[in-house]
Amino acid sequence: MSSKYNVDKKGMYGRFGGAYIPEMLQPNIDNLKKVYLDIINSEKFQKEYVQLLKDYVGRPSPLYYAKRLSEKYGTNVYLKREDLNHTGAHKINNTLGQILLAKEMGKERIIAETGAGQHGVATATACALMGLKCVVYMGALDIERQAPNVARMKMLGAEVVAAQSGNQTLKDATNEALRDWICNPEDTFYIIGSVVGPDPYPDMVARFQSIISQEIKEQLKEKTGSEFPDYVVACVGGGSNASGSFYHFLDDEQVKLVAVEASGLGVDSGETAATIALGGVGIIHGSKTFLMQDDDGQIIEPYSISAGLDYPGIGPQHAHLKDTNRAIFIDATDQEALDCAIEITRLEGIIPAMESAHAFVALKKMAFKKEESVVITLSGRGDKDMSTYMDRFKL
Amino acid sequence: MNRIKQLFQDKKDILSIYYTAGYPKLDDTVPILETLESAGADLVELGIPFSDPLADGPTIQKSGETALKNGMSLKVLFEQLADVRNKVKMPIILMGYINTVYRYGIEAFAKKCNEVGVDGVILPDLPFQEYLDEYKETFEKYGVSNIFLITPQTPDSRIKLIDENTNGFIYMVSSAAVTGAKKGLSDQQLAYFDRVNKLNLSNPALIGFGISDNESFKQTCKYADGAIIGSAFVKLLGNAKDIKGEVKSFIQEVKG
Ligand SMILES: Cc1ncc(COP(=O)(O)O)c(C=O)c1O
Repeated sequence: MSSKYNVDKKGMYGRFGGAYIPEMLQPNIDNLKKVYLDIINSEKFQKEYVQLLKDYVGRPSPLYYAKRLSEKYGTNVYLKREDLNHTGAHKINNTLGQILLAKEMGKERIIAETGAGQHGVATATACALMGLKCVVYMGALDIERQAPNVARMKMLGAEVVAAQSGNQTLKDATNEALRDWICNPEDTFYIIGSVVGPDPYPDMVARFQSIISQEIKEQLKEKTGSEFPDYVVACVGGGSNASGSFYHFLDDEQVKLVAVEASGLGVDSGETAATIALGGVGIIHGSKTFLMQDDDGQIIEPYSISAGLDYPGIGPQHAHLKDTNRAIFIDATDQEALDCAIEITRLEGIIPAMESAHAFVALKKMAFKKEESVVITLSGRGDKDMSTYMDRFKL
Repeated sequence: MNRIKQLFQDKKDILSIYYTAGYPKLDDTVPILETLESAGADLVELGIPFSDPLADGPTIQKSGETALKNGMSLKVLFEQLADVRNKVKMPIILMGYINTVYRYGIEAFAKKCNEVGVDGVILPDLPFQEYLDEYKETFEKYGVSNIFLITPQTPDSRIKLIDENTNGFIYMVSSAAVTGAKKGLSDQQLAYFDRVNKLNLSNPALIGFGISDNESFKQTCKYADGAIIGSAFVKLLGNAKDIKGEVKSFIQEVKG
């Protein structure tokens, strides 16, 4: 794969990445780093993984030409339908990969963090499928605003533990999961839900999500004769659906990559999760990247209406894509995302996840030409967000 | 000779105390230090509070949150420590997470440590290799020791590498845990202490995590040059009505 935009031998993406972890995690990370590529590339793993993606997840997910949306914006909009995956988002691509890896490594207990609950559900699902014990850490605030997903995790047999520190959101859940791993280094595998965390997680998760861009290429070729769209657009929280959507286009510089981050009440409102717009270089959750922090290096509590984008950091690969100008970063406020959510629903009959709705704001903020093709990754479905929608749209 | 080396040469059964700077009140940092010294503590680890302390359990997390609310920061801490060497003689070590130090500037940090008389630093999430490649020279230039953690899972080869490249002491984390987790000494831990002792390290070693009282202190002293008490002491500070009196009796009790 691409050397320029992917991880190097030292675990870095340019000046970002690495493994900034306490010694207690070092053996686990060293071990994972040693084995992950061999296991992932083994025939046995590939056979099982590909089979699961097909028969269990329902892949390939469709690439859908959104006719009415295209007409409205005077361009050609294709939706990569990750919302149609089993469990309702792209997260399952990653959790199935990691759980097969965990099994191969002989681990018996799985932990995960979750924001919107999609990664938690996808992990709990994988654990049910494999018969492994599952503990999911979730911010106390997110437990409140994503109640249906909490119930799903519990029904799947997972234990959901509330993270009470900070703003009680994704960052805090990640801290708790890392602490759990420190205390249980031998039997436990930590399934991280995005392209964040210490090396090799960002690379590993990107590989598992890269199926998205692999399929886009094939499907677009079939539909248009060219495997290269003019734009690929995705929302970024930690950045896993974006990494997966960009992966096989990284070296094809004619394909413009657009990442949409959540700016909450506005980039300068103080209530935002616009990491790239506001962040300085620092270290969060074991990785050097852009993060929202104050002058003393304390991490600033983020805010977004969308629990899955409510994170003060961003995966190190995205920081590098920003540094190298390989990707365009724009932001979307709560209101802009809500406007898009209702618009796509009414134009295409698809209720998007609150996170995914942010990606569509690119249609409003950027100018696309009539002959251009724009692939937008619809990372998840909106079922989990119905209480937000009911509240905001007075349904 | 630096103060850490001198201490280990002169004394046995070293008692090191960890507490969070700016806790329970912003200006408590230095008075507690003075009380600790007069009560007989040998070494102190001052925690630099951080918003997201990965390796800490609930007690130290909460103390850090309070300290941040009180207005503690590296800048404020260095101001508080400006004339600390007129007040206490024992070695002082700063312990914190890399992001705050990184933001302050590594060189500026090392220089400031030297200026105020801080003898060493523990930055648990600073990768050892990055320290060797990029920062070792800087810290050595300013005479500031970097102390690294080892755990029951750390392989011998890595322990040796760490030993060869530090000049303070080795921080032996007693078990796989965050700070404040309390467990008695298991056979597994004893085997680990034994394993480390057989390596004949050139640096002294202190055992930390889960040490809280006279019994656990005395027991761990059998296997190392001393021990570190953190959460139990921070808890005491949080509940204390008379910090001075209670700190004194705690230290005397632990040392027995
Ligand atoms: C539907 C959906 N999209 C996007 C995200 C954001 O994560 P990432 O940036 O890793 O794709 C989440 C996270 O919970 C999600 O549930």
